[in-house]
Amino acid sequence: MKTVRSAPQPGKARLTTSAMIASIAAEGQKTKPAPFGRALVELARSRSDVVGMTADLGKYTDLHIFAKEFPDRYYQMGMAEQLLFGAASGLAAEGFMPFATTYAVFASRRAYDFIHQTIAEEDRNVKIVCALPGLTSGYGPSHQAAEDLALFRAMPNMTVIDPCDAHEIEQLVPAIAAHQGPVYMRLLRGQVPVVLDEYDYKFELGKAKLIRDGKDVLIISSGIMTMRALEALQALKDDRVDAAVLHVPTIKPLDAETILREAGKSGRLVVVAENHTTIGGLGEAVAALLMRSGVHPPFRQIALPDEFLDAGALPTLHDRYGISTAEVARQIKQWL
Amino acid sequence: METLTNTPKLADRAYNIRRNALRMGEVQGQGYIAQALDISDVLAVAYFHAMRYRPEDPSWEERDRFLLSNGHYAIALYAALIEAGIVPEHELETYGSDESRLPMSGMAAYTPGMEMSGGSLGLGLSIAVGMGLGLKRKKSDARVYTLFSDGELDEGSVWEAIQSAGHYKLDNLIGIVDVNNQQADGPSTQVMAFEPLVEKLQAFGWFVQRIDGNDLDAVIAAFDAAKSHPAPKPRMIVADTLMGKGVPFLEQREKNHFIRVEQHEWQLALAALEAGRQV
Repeated sequence: MKTVRSAPQPGKARLTTSAMIASIAAEGQKTKPAPFGRALVELARSRSDVVGMTADLGKYTDLHIFAKEFPDRYYQMGMAEQLLFGAASGLAAEGFMPFATTYAVFASRRAYDFIHQTIAEEDRNVKIVCALPGLTSGYGPSHQAAEDLALFRAMPNMTVIDPCDAHEIEQLVPAIAAHQGPVYMRLLRGQVPVVLDEYDYKFELGKAKLIRDGKDVLIISSGIMTMRALEALQALKDDRVDAAVLHVPTIKPLDAETILREAGKSGRLVVVAENHTTIGGLGEAVAALLMRSGVHPPFRQIALPDEFLDAGALPTLHDRYGISTAEVARQIKQWL
Repeated sequence: METLTNTPKLADRAYNIRRNALRMGEVQGQGYIAQALDISDVLAVAYFHAMRYRPEDPSWEERDRFLLSNGHYAIALYAALIEAGIVPEHELETYGSDESRLPMSGMAAYTPGMEMSGGSLGLGLSIAVGMGLGLKRKKSDARVYTLFSDGELDEGSVWEAIQSAGHYKLDNLIGIVDVNNQQADGPSTQVMAFEPLVEKLQAFGWFVQRIDGNDLDAVIAAFDAAKSHPAPKPRMIVADTLMGKGVPFLEQREKNHFIRVEQHEWQLALAALEAGRQV
């Protein structure tokens, strides 16, 4: 039975809930504005089959940039996600390549059957691009898509991508366009951190990339958790912990070869870090792969708990649920 | 493709579609036969009077699209596709069997001429909206026909699609809703009141006609008017039909959403259909 929370103590200073579309960039961090919207405009200049569609979230998914540049190739479907994806299937059936945007919660939870039947089962070339993945909103479970990767991983025919930063998003827009078939892509929008440019990183669909090598710990991560892992390296180094970071932006199909190669190197703790519930995401995908392959390193998961997450300020919540930089470093040190 | 305007010839086509459906039903011993019989007149007019297609090239770019949203009516559409020469007649005996291209519920990847995977009810009109937008982008004059059932009116997504088709003034969409007043749990109007349907659809910006879907002359006139109507609106044909039409003992059978027909009754059904044929 649902019980109402008890009232907080008065007079205490508190962080306020972040805006719904708050940037996840830390203060002073290098960022780029709207990398998805800009990359899509660039792509659409050379590909006339690209169309943009949304369900009343054009501004909140950076699709407004595309709409401004190509108003006649932009379809506003109203606040109706089932229609959005059914209509995207219809446009794809007619030879177009829709980039359909909404929030991750609405695509994964409200419109799941429409995506399953009209896009995945019919193998339509629709790119599903969704903001507010995992815990990137302080609005509570209505806007926190903690289980989106699990749901889309379970869908046959779906390619699933969790990018880290603006540098990666710019590269993956043309890459998923070159791939024939449905794609689910987690979106970071607004002022998006730029991190991977310093690591000579290049996105390749279906490839995991070793960003940093290290001998004590192998952190396998996707999305913003790769950024957090890289940020945690300094704190780990201060405690003489030498950590490697393997970035896995393509959650499905999983780059089994690279993961097994890195996880198979003896003597390292393997930690999978993801902005997603412990159930059904990258962590369990990697665990199952290792088990199936007879590779058995010490294994830990950094992920969101299997519960409805709190509302509040994102820094507070990321600390509370163990996915802030400080918490990543603290947990790893504790496990060594 | 033939364009028949003569009612007796279309009646022959409707008879053949019903006959094909009964022959498929016999393979399974059960199925959505009553729906196939009720919608055969509409399908005869769609495939032999209204639509543009090439039987030998089901994905011909300039074809009119036909979406079967109510995937369980697949037996009816297969019957029409066989009659239209899109599916070979000999496949009829494989209906619903392992390795058949004619599964119980219609799917795009299985059957030539099947444009979508239906069955999860309420999908068709959303796809139709996207196709309608896509055809306009391509400056194609092809139309999108979508058949769906009165039970699907319970699905919210159907109204999302109806609203957006009005918004985008998709005059290349022709919806056909089969009002046979029967869904899984009982009479559709009792399961969830959906009337006044014509007024609702008109309020959503559609050109709406309500007809007796088993009166061939009325069906022909409705398709003609739907195609030629001058207003920039999507078009809906509300077709009131009789479950089991053409086989009197099936018309009267109660709870006929999914009917079981005894082995000896198939020949009786075919004989009854033959007897009722207007030659």
